[in-house]
This record gives sequence, C-alpha cells and structure tokens, in this order.
Amino acid sequence: MNRRTFTWLAVFLLLPALTILLVFKALPILYAFRLAFYDWGISGEKGFVGLENFRALFQDPFFWQSLLNTFWYTIFAVPMSIAISLVIASLLNRGIRAIGLYRTIYFLPVVTSIVAVSVVWKWLYDPQRGLLNYILSILHLHPLLWLEEPRGIFELLTGRQLPLFLKGPSLALFSIALMSVWKSLGYNIVIFLAGLKNIPDVYYEAARIDGAGPFQTFRNVTVPLLSPTTFFVTIMTTIISLQVFAPIWTMTGPPPGGPLGTTTVVIYYLYQKGFEEYQVGYGSAIAFVFFIIILLITIFQKTVLEKRVYYEV
Amino acid sequence: MRFKWDRLVIHLVLLLGAILMMLPFLWMLSTSFKTQAEALLFPPTWIPKEFTLANYHVVWTKVHFPHYIYVSLVVTLFTLVGVLLTSILAAYAFSWFQFPGRESLFVGILSLMMVPIPVYVVPLFVLVQKLGWVDTYYALIVPWTANIFSIFLLRQHFRSIPANLYDAAVIDGCGRLRFLFQILLPLTKPALVTIAVFNVIGSWNAFMWPLMVTNSDRMRVIQVGLAYFAQGESTNYPALMAASTIAILPLVILFFFAQKQIVESYARSGLKE
Repeated sequence: MNRRTFTWLAVFLLLPALTILLVFKALPILYAFRLAFYDWGISGEKGFVGLENFRALFQDPFFWQSLLNTFWYTIFAVPMSIAISLVIASLLNRGIRAIGLYRTIYFLPVVTSIVAVSVVWKWLYDPQRGLLNYILSILHLHPLLWLEEPRGIFELLTGRQLPLFLKGPSLALFSIALMSVWKSLGYNIVIFLAGLKNIPDVYYEAARIDGAGPFQTFRNVTVPLLSPTTFFVTIMTTIISLQVFAPIWTMTGPPPGGPLGTTTVVIYYLYQKGFEEYQVGYGSAIAFVFFIIILLITIFQKTVLEKRVYYEV
Repeated sequence: MRFKWDRLVIHLVLLLGAILMMLPFLWMLSTSFKTQAEALLFPPTWIPKEFTLANYHVVWTKVHFPHYIYVSLVVTLFTLVGVLLTSILAAYAFSWFQFPGRESLFVGILSLMMVPIPVYVVPLFVLVQKLGWVDTYYALIVPWTANIFSIFLLRQHFRSIPANLYDAAVIDGCGRLRFLFQILLPLTKPALVTIAVFNVIGSWNAFMWPLMVTNSDRMRVIQVGLAYFAQGESTNYPALMAASTIAILPLVILFFFAQKQIVESYARSGLKE
C-alpha cells in the first residue's frame, strides 16, 4: 500500500469539512447570487425581477455615498498603515536590543477585540472630556469634534467649503481610519519583519561598501527587495479595510453611520438593508456589486503593483 | 568607542511609538479605576486620586458579563474543536490520499476563501433562521467549524513530511489513522498551534455574526454584550472602560503566555508556501 492508492477512507475524511463548507459557505454564496435577482422583502419572496435590484441600487444615492465613504477610508487607512509599519519594522530589524519587548507592545492591539478597542477610542475622541482634545489644548490648538465632525478633512484644513469629491473623508471617518491603523500596525510589522529577515546580508554589505547612507540603503535595497512582502501586505490590508464594520457600529451615532451618513460604509449599509430592514434581495445586490468591486481592485493591484515587484532571481 | 547616535535616535523613535501604542490601554485602565466624577475632570488625572473597584463590580454583577464570558468560552472552545477535527481529517485526505478530482476539489475550496463573509452573510442568516437556530449555540458554532485557511495550512505541512516515513510505519504495522495521529500530528505541531491561535482569537473577537443571530441576553457573547452595554451607557466611561478591560483580558493573558507562538503564527500567515 502506498500513498497513491484510492481508498474510501479519503471520502470519510473529507465528509465533515466538505459538508460544513457546502452547507454554510458554498450554498449561501450561490444563494446570494440568486437572491440579487429576486424581489425578497419583509413579506417574503415575491419572485424574479431580473436586474431591477441593480437598477435601483445604481440610482440609490445612499449606496453611492457608502461606496465613496469606503474608498476614502481605504485610501487613507492602507497607505498610512503600510508606511508606518514599514518604517518601524526596518528600525526593529537593525539588530537593536529589546526587539522582543517592542514587538510585543506594537502587536498587542492586534489580538484585542475591535469592539473593546472602539469603545476605548471613542472615549479618547470624546469632544468634551477626551484625552485627545486635552492634548490639543496643551498644545494651544482648537479642540476638534472628532467622531461627531461631518465636515471633510480637506475642508477643515483649508477652512472653506469644497465640492463633494474634494472634501475628503469626514473627520469622523478619518478618526476611525486612524484607530484602524493603530490596531493593524502590529500585524503588518510582523509580516514586514519576516520579509526583512529574508533579505540576504550581502546586499546591505554591498551598499555599505559603496558608501550608501541609511536612507539610500532603505530606498535602494530594502524597499525593492521587500516588494513581494509589501505587495502581499497591500492586498491584504486593502481587502480588510474595504470590509470595515464593527467600529462603525460601536463608535458612531446614534444612529450608527453618522454624522450625516459620512461613516456609512458599504458593509454597514448592507447590514442595514439586508438584515435590519430585511430587504434580502436588495442586500444581496449590494453584496454582489461589492464583491465585484473587491475583485476588480485586487486584480488592478495585482496587475499594476506586481509589475513593480522585484523578485529576486 | 564612539557613541552611536543613530542607535539613540532609533530607540527614541521606537520608544515614542511604543508609548503611543500603549496610550489607549493605559488610559482605559486608568479610567476604569476612577469615579465617574473624576473621569470627567479637566485637566484629567493619570493616577486616580480616589482608587475604586466599583466599576468592575457594576460590570461583574449588574450587567451579565460573567455569563457573556461563559457563552464566548463555550463558542470558542467548540468552534476550535470542530475546526481542528475537520481540518486535520480534510488536510490528511488532500495530502496523503489519491482520488479522482482531488486537485480540482482543492482549488474549488480555495476559491471559496476569496469570498468575504459579508458577501454571503445575509443568505447565511436566512438559512440559519430556516433551520430554527436563531438564538442558539448551533448558530454561533456550527457554520464556523470548517475553516479553509486551516485546511490549506495543514495540507502544506502534511505534504512536507517525507513519504518514506509512511512506508516505514506500514512495515511496523501502522494503519492509516494511527499514522495520522501518532506520526503526522506530532510532527506538525507548529501548524496546529497556528490554527488554534487564529481560530481562538477569531471566535473570541467575532462580532457581526453573533450580533445578527442572537437576540436574547442569555445567548450574548462578550463582544455583543460589550457593544450593547456601550450603546446603553454611552457616557458612563469608567464602567465602559472596566467592561472593555474585562473583554480584552483573556486574550491579553493568553498573548503574554504564548507570545512567541502567537506572533510567529501571524508571521507565518504572510508567507506564500
């Protein structure tokens, strides 16, 4: 007997996992696809409506706003998280003492629950008694409304009213992005550290002999040789950011998604429509469009970024 | 020897970062021991003038936090057992057995991993509702007892075990299941730890799904309990901070005991194998 013989045992081994995945994953996915073409509201299924849900969706201003909010959130959260974690990881990688202690501290937010962390940050952001406004007052700066501020950050910076697409995320949404950066930093640092360990010392040696300073070395050795890791981190962080939900529920409002709908992200809108209002058909259409968008963004990142990834030969 | 300025700068930057990272936690702890009046003082105090455990007492006795923790523990434990069982068996079949369509089945399962949970969460909820599982442990546990990433990770590790080990074991009269449990599993302990780490952290911190499928206080997991408490007591910050401390404490303790394994598990998740 060798490992290549077919036995019925294999079927029995696969049965538990396959059953669960089929019933609770594959079927709901197919079902979501089907429901997007049905009118299914609070009173149950009312039949096939073709593309009606999608037509309504594309005319739904709240959906467009939720998409815009999600994009703003992602566009700020992802680069911030990557830039900061890359810098910290490369500092940690320079053979300093106490690397273990630093790593532990930076990693701690990753294992803590997003709900608890959101509750704590909401307290930090409190406009009247929060720690952040206290720090601003020490620095003789104006206090901010943080999570209650619907105005866009570019509006706040320039001090004038701007058209919709130039406003930037509301300060409320930006505050949530800031918290997410803090929370996800440790994970990205650890991934970057693993990537940095794989860069052979000879490259650094060569850079040193050529007389490169620390910044030149970072730019011309570390960044290109680390690009496969950066690529992975970018795609992962983007996919996770696009799905932000819990901090919206716990930090904003009441009702969540405010102020003025500026923190209503796609998944929160999906939750509102598909679950709270029980518009299952409409919710499925949102889910369907959202999935296509994630897919397109990932493919876009793969084609555009992968060209710039330097694979060592 | 020359004093190394660059080392000092690096340490200063890292130290400043570390302080910023810890600040929310320190502030949480500090507030949780304050009276409500002191928490609202401006300028705020870092060390409570009047140290009180009243907030913990409120959260522990008046709100059902001990029960929420119990529900979360049950869910975490049973989900973990389920995931370990299904992934060990499936990964074994995918790596050490030959059957028609093995590779395409595996690729098919992997492609399911691409679909994020929110995309199918509403139909999943409808299904669970039809099964009559709303507000039961079944709804919280059963759908998550198979995990594709865990199957994938374990299969990679099982495949790296040399085949002649099996031939040797067979000569010694070892059956296929005994080979799995007595030889393969002990050799792939790091992967099993990784799977356990991810699933325990994932179950303990899960929020959206428990929020949807439970509605009674009796079936509330810790995260949902905390979120509702935060909504109801939105200004009682000392009590909220005590509640948050309790909600993160079990994983923080686990983290300090198994730090190395946990961090390495996450580091491994980023490596393409």
